Parts: sequence; structure tokens; C-alpha cells
Amino acid sequence: MGRSQSVPRGSDPRFGADADDSGSPILHVDMDAFFVAVEVRRRPDLRGRPVVVGGVGPRGVVSSASYEAREYGVRSAMPTMRARALCPSAVFLPPDFSQYTAASRAVMEIFRDVTPLVEPLSLDEAFLDVAGARKLLGRPAEIARLIRARVAEQERLTCSVGVAPTKFVAKLGSTRAKPDGLIVVPAGQVLDFLHPLPVEALWGVGERAAETLRRLGLRTVRDIAEAPVGMLRGSLGDAAAAHLHELAWGRDPRRVSPEHAEKSIGAEVTFDTDLAEPETIRRALLALSEKVGVRLRRAGQVGRTVSIKVRFADFRTVNRSRTLGGPTDVTREVFDTAWALFDALDPGDRIRLIGVRVEGLSDGDQTPRQLALGAPEHGWREAEAAADAAAARFGRSMVRPASLLGHGDLRRTENQARP
Amino acid sequence: MKFRVERDALADAVAWTAKSLPNRPSVPVLAGVLLRAGEGGLHVSGFDYEVSSQVTVDVQSEAEGAALVSGRLLAEITKALPAKPVDIAAAGAHLELVCGSARFTLPTMPVEDYPTLPEMPGSAGTIDAATFAAAVGQVAIAAGRDETLPMMTGVRIELNGSTLAMLATDRYRLALREIDWRPDDPEVSINALVPARTLHDTAKALGPLGGDVTMALSQGAAGEGLIGFAGGTRRTTSRLLDGANYPPVRSLFPASSNAEARVSVAALVEVVKRVSLVGGRTTPVLLNFSSDGLVVEAGSTEEARASEAMDATFTGEPLTIGFNPQYLIDGLQNLGSTLAVFSFVDAFKPAVISPSTEDGEIVPGYRYLIMPIRVTR
Repeated sequence: MGRSQSVPRGSDPRFGADADDSGSPILHVDMDAFFVAVEVRRRPDLRGRPVVVGGVGPRGVVSSASYEAREYGVRSAMPTMRARALCPSAVFLPPDFSQYTAASRAVMEIFRDVTPLVEPLSLDEAFLDVAGARKLLGRPAEIARLIRARVAEQERLTCSVGVAPTKFVAKLGSTRAKPDGLIVVPAGQVLDFLHPLPVEALWGVGERAAETLRRLGLRTVRDIAEAPVGMLRGSLGDAAAAHLHELAWGRDPRRVSPEHAEKSIGAEVTFDTDLAEPETIRRALLALSEKVGVRLRRAGQVGRTVSIKVRFADFRTVNRSRTLGGPTDVTREVFDTAWALFDALDPGDRIRLIGVRVEGLSDGDQTPRQLALGAPEHGWREAEAAADAAAARFGRSMVRPASLLGHGDLRRTENQARP
Repeated sequence: MKFRVERDALADAVAWTAKSLPNRPSVPVLAGVLLRAGEGGLHVSGFDYEVSSQVTVDVQSEAEGAALVSGRLLAEITKALPAKPVDIAAAGAHLELVCGSARFTLPTMPVEDYPTLPEMPGSAGTIDAATFAAAVGQVAIAAGRDETLPMMTGVRIELNGSTLAMLATDRYRLALREIDWRPDDPEVSINALVPARTLHDTAKALGPLGGDVTMALSQGAAGEGLIGFAGGTRRTTSRLLDGANYPPVRSLFPASSNAEARVSVAALVEVVKRVSLVGGRTTPVLLNFSSDGLVVEAGSTEEARASEAMDATFTGEPLTIGFNPQYLIDGLQNLGSTLAVFSFVDAFKPAVISPSTEDGEIVPGYRYLIMPIRVTR
């Protein structure tokens, strides 16, 4: 997260827990170093030590670093190799997503006890709209304190909360409050909070846009707010200019929407060494398609568009997609399309990363399905449903495409057959 | 090279050959049309290694020779020319074109770099051009457009004695047309898979010319892997698709049916078009058949909804079946009759649409098979 590094930390009496929260019903709750915290919770001996969770292969990247590790300069999304060089004494752990998912679910439950208006952004953060909970549970800042106390007590995890009139200011608030803190931005002081921040703090400003803005002499959010919109338009385009200008004045009309339906389901893999052999890539695509197919079926979703992402050894990245005749959740169909897309790409060069994604999702039960001529009534779809059922009982390694047997799960072998 | 030519004849010839030229040619010369004037008149040809087309135009050549110019540019120019004789002459690296008081100078490309057009395969037989064009139109509509399934993008032609069968499917519908033709060899038995778009364009261009179309196709002889069509002064060749593993699709037609409906084609097309406005391209239309007639509906409880009732003669248990509206319209519009007969097995099995006489008798020779959309309600 480049953004979190651009927001200054520390306490400011104007934005403390006792500030006026009457116009600030939006909470952004962000778990502190979530993956690491979950690991430390089950291994207390790691407490106080630099801990890094991330891919441990030669191409792995850091998913989460403890605050102790961050003091050495370790950041998420940094190559694990680099993190090892910066902090050789750190404990490096491979991610265990089932643990994090379980912890996330428990935390989100705590949020939902407070208000049904919970919009999870990822496993470790969510927006809450607590306007309706005022009578029952008190002011927004009190609710934020309550949430932090419950998360600490019930889950033995810490989180930081930003309380603000809008989603985007609340998110900046939680970043400033980290770790284990609380910040309230009163409606009347949004601009005082926002304007001194560097432009990178705004949603939608990445490295490139920040560079463009710097060249215009715009360094802080105040500079953007006070700049003529026409000037922004010239270098950023109409939509981005309008968007940034609104944000710079603290305006963000987006509501907290609990129906955060997933728009796509995908999986990707970075190879330990760059690959060019079609057969190996084909197996990788099959394994990824299987992963995506299983997740689609588990979520009861079907998707209309299959896309692939290919990153070459020189980091050139291409995306290709095809919309199917009808929506699917069939691994075989996802794979056939993904492979056809890859084949048509005719890459030739060595490949570093490959990904498969299914987009345009809708509810499987509600979605009409175009039947195909000559397709057996018990085809791939039914075979895969049977494989899912067997996998649920005996583990995924018991039932998988034959060409994946003996090749493990790309990099990590899955063999946790349950009794 | 120097000759004078009728404006219309030139425009037609250039338009036809330029139509099959690639948009982004692999080598620049393939964007050209070749003009060759000689004793046999003027030959205008285009070729993209898949499809070749050639037209012969009657002209009196003052000087023989050949020139290669941009097909697209020449097509646009000839289309815009006034109705006057056109004088064309090669001059160095340019082509001079004069028509009335209009004068064009076009750059040429080296003729020697232009590939030789493939020879026509041996003739297999002939068929009336208009009949052929109509039949191709009825079948090509069901071919797939997905280039990743090349076999589905073709029309399969089956020559068996005096029966010419054409069929195409994109896995969701299947069209089959059988017509009589005149084979050179009464015992002929050849199958070929022709790219549907090329076949369709060719048949559409040859149909209005009238007369006969010669189909050139040979197996185990020169020109294998190619199919040729000649009509009037036009000829075209196309590379065939690999159809060795074409599935035995005729067996997909159900052996028997449990219900039948007779509906006016024009009325149903109109109703389906109207009702399907509430959904997207792939939102199914539901046909509810009962002894009272037919109710067509589309949409869902959360979105916009539409329904319309119409007359239909129906025999069988009441049936609700969903179809892709476009597939349904494609089939109905190509029946070539005013009355359609639907044959059903059940809501999840392929339905057959056949043309029918005014009395409700099925007219043999054309069948359109359409796979339903499974709808949970």
C-alpha cells in the first residue's frame, strides 16, 4: 500500500476520540498487520519479534509485516528476497489463508452485531455506516471504541478505526490512527485534516498521476482543491480531474453498501523461474482454471467472460478476454477458453506470471443456461460437481485433472487428506 | 497496359474482388487488386491466400499488360465515377484513370511480387444460381463466429449423387438444407467444410447473376483442399477448413416428437422482436404453448417484463420453453414459408423448426434445430 506511507501518523488533539463526531457516521475499520497478527496469536513466542508473512519462494512477495519488521523498512508488496536482505533476523512464514479467512469472518461478525451496513473491502478492512445505531449503542466514536474493545477481547487482535463523514476520509483516518488507534474527523474539520496531506493520499492518485501533479506544482491536497479544474483536466482527463477535485474538497458521495457482490473470481501464479514450455503453462492454466471453477461453484456463481493475464519476463503484461455464449462455472469451459486465449496470443517469450479470471458474475440458480447441442446430459458440469463432493470429503488432492497428478499445486503440494 | 471499359462493369468487378481483401494484409501486395488486360479481356483479381476471386470483363485492349493497385482505393473511386466510359493506362509506376473530366493517378505495386492465384479444382457439377444462393443463406446463419472453434465456422457440403446437402451449427442451433443439383458424376460422394462467411458472400454475389453456378471440388486430385465456384464471368476459390472430425450432427435431430405447434412466421418474428426488447441479447424469451395458443414472454421479476399472446395451433401437453431470441428469429426468417411447424420433445431437448405449406404440411428439405435455454423459475 503506497498510500498508507503517504499519510503521516501520530496523534493530533483536533482529531482525538473526543472530537465532535455528530456529522461523522462512517467508520473504516482496518486490522493491524492482520496476517502477522493472526500468526502471532497462535504462536505467542513470536510477539515482539519481526515477523513477515508472504510467498517464501524466490518470487514471493510480502503480504504482511509486523510493526517490528517495518522498522527495518519491510513493506507489503515488496519482494520477499528484499525483505530478507533488509531484516535477516525476521521470522518468515508462508500465508495460511484458511486461518485468515476464519479470523476475518469472526471480525466481520463483530461489525455486523453493530450495524447491518457493513461493506467488507478485503479480509482485513471494512466500512461501517453507524448512523442508525446511535440510539442503541451511542455516538460513532463510542461505537468505534466498542468495536476495538470487542475485537481485542474476543479475537485477541488489534485494529485501527477512522471515524469521518465520508468513506474516503474515514479510510485516511484509520491509516493515520495505526497501529491500534482511533481518529475522529469532525464534519467541520474535514478540510483541516485533508488539505495538508500529500496528493498521493487521494484515491486514484498513483505514482504516475502524482508525478504529473508534481510537475504542475501541486504537492498537497490543498493545492489540488485550489487549482482551477481546467488545469487538472488538461493533464489528467475530464473524469479524473472532476473526481480528484471533489475528493480534495472532502466530497465523496459513495454510500456504504453491504451488498459488496464480487465482480470477478480469479487466480494467478508467479512461476519460480520464467517459463516458456507450453506444456507446463498449459498445466498451470488448468490448475488455475480448476481453482477458479471450484471457487465459482462454491460461491454459487456463474460468469460470462473468461480473461487471462500474462506477464512476461520483462514485466510486459497483457490481458485477453472472451465472452462466452452463456455463463459458466465449469472448470473445463474456463480452461478451454483460457487456453484458446493463450494459444492465440502465441507468446513465444518467457513468462513470469499467468492468471485466469472469470468476470460478469451472476447467481447460478437464477441464471438461464443456454444448452448446447450434443452435450451429454451428464457432462463436465456434472462430473465436476461430483469431484467437488468427493473433494469436500477426502481433500482436493484425491480428485483432480489427470495432467495435474504428481505436479502438486503449481508450487505447493496439497496433500492434506482428511480422515 | 491500356484499355477502355464500361463504368458499371468495372465498378462491379472491382467491388467484388476488393470485398475479400484483408483489412490488415500480411504483405502489402495482398491489399491490391490485379488488373490484367489481354486477349481474353480484362481480368480483375484479388487474393489473400485463403480466398481468391476473379472477374473477367469484356474490353478492347489497346496495349496488353498488368498493374497492381490498392483494391480499397480503386473500389471507392470506381463507385464514385460518373456513368461514362473509363480509360485506364499504366504509366511507369502509376496507373492513370480517366472518366469524363475526372482524372486519377494511382501508385502501383510490383506485379511480380503478387502471388499466383490457385487453379480452379475440377468441376463437380452445377446448380441454379438463385436456388444455391437461397440455400446457402438458410444454412450459413447457423454457423459459429468463434474463430477458436474453426470447425464450427464452416458450412459442411455433402455431395451424394444428385443430392446436395449443406449444414452448419454453432453448437446452439443447426441448419440443414438438402437440394437437388446436377453432378458431373452421378455416383459422386464428397464432403467439404467451407468457411461460412466466404460461402455466404460468394453465393450472395452469384445468385442475382442468374444462370448456373459451377461447383469445383475434387478429392484425391489436383486442387484438393480447395473449393471453387464459377458463375457468369466470376470465379472464386476458397481454402477448405479441416472437417475430418466434423461430428455426426444429423443424429442430433430427435427421432420423434411429443408436441407440435403451427405458427405464423411473420407474426411470431414480430412478437419475439417486441417482447425481447426488455432483455439483453442473451436473455431468453419464453414460449408458453397450450391448446389456447401461444404466449411469448421475457424479462424477470426484478427487471422489465413483457408478454404477448398470439394464435398458434398446438397439439400435446402444455409446454414452456426458453430460447435465445436471436437464434429463434434467425431460424424463422430463413424458413422461406409463411407458416412454421415447431416439433418438441420437452423443454430441455432440441426443438425443430420446419417450413410448412398453408395447410400445415411440413415441407421437406430444410430443418432448423434450436437448443433451448434452461430457465429456473
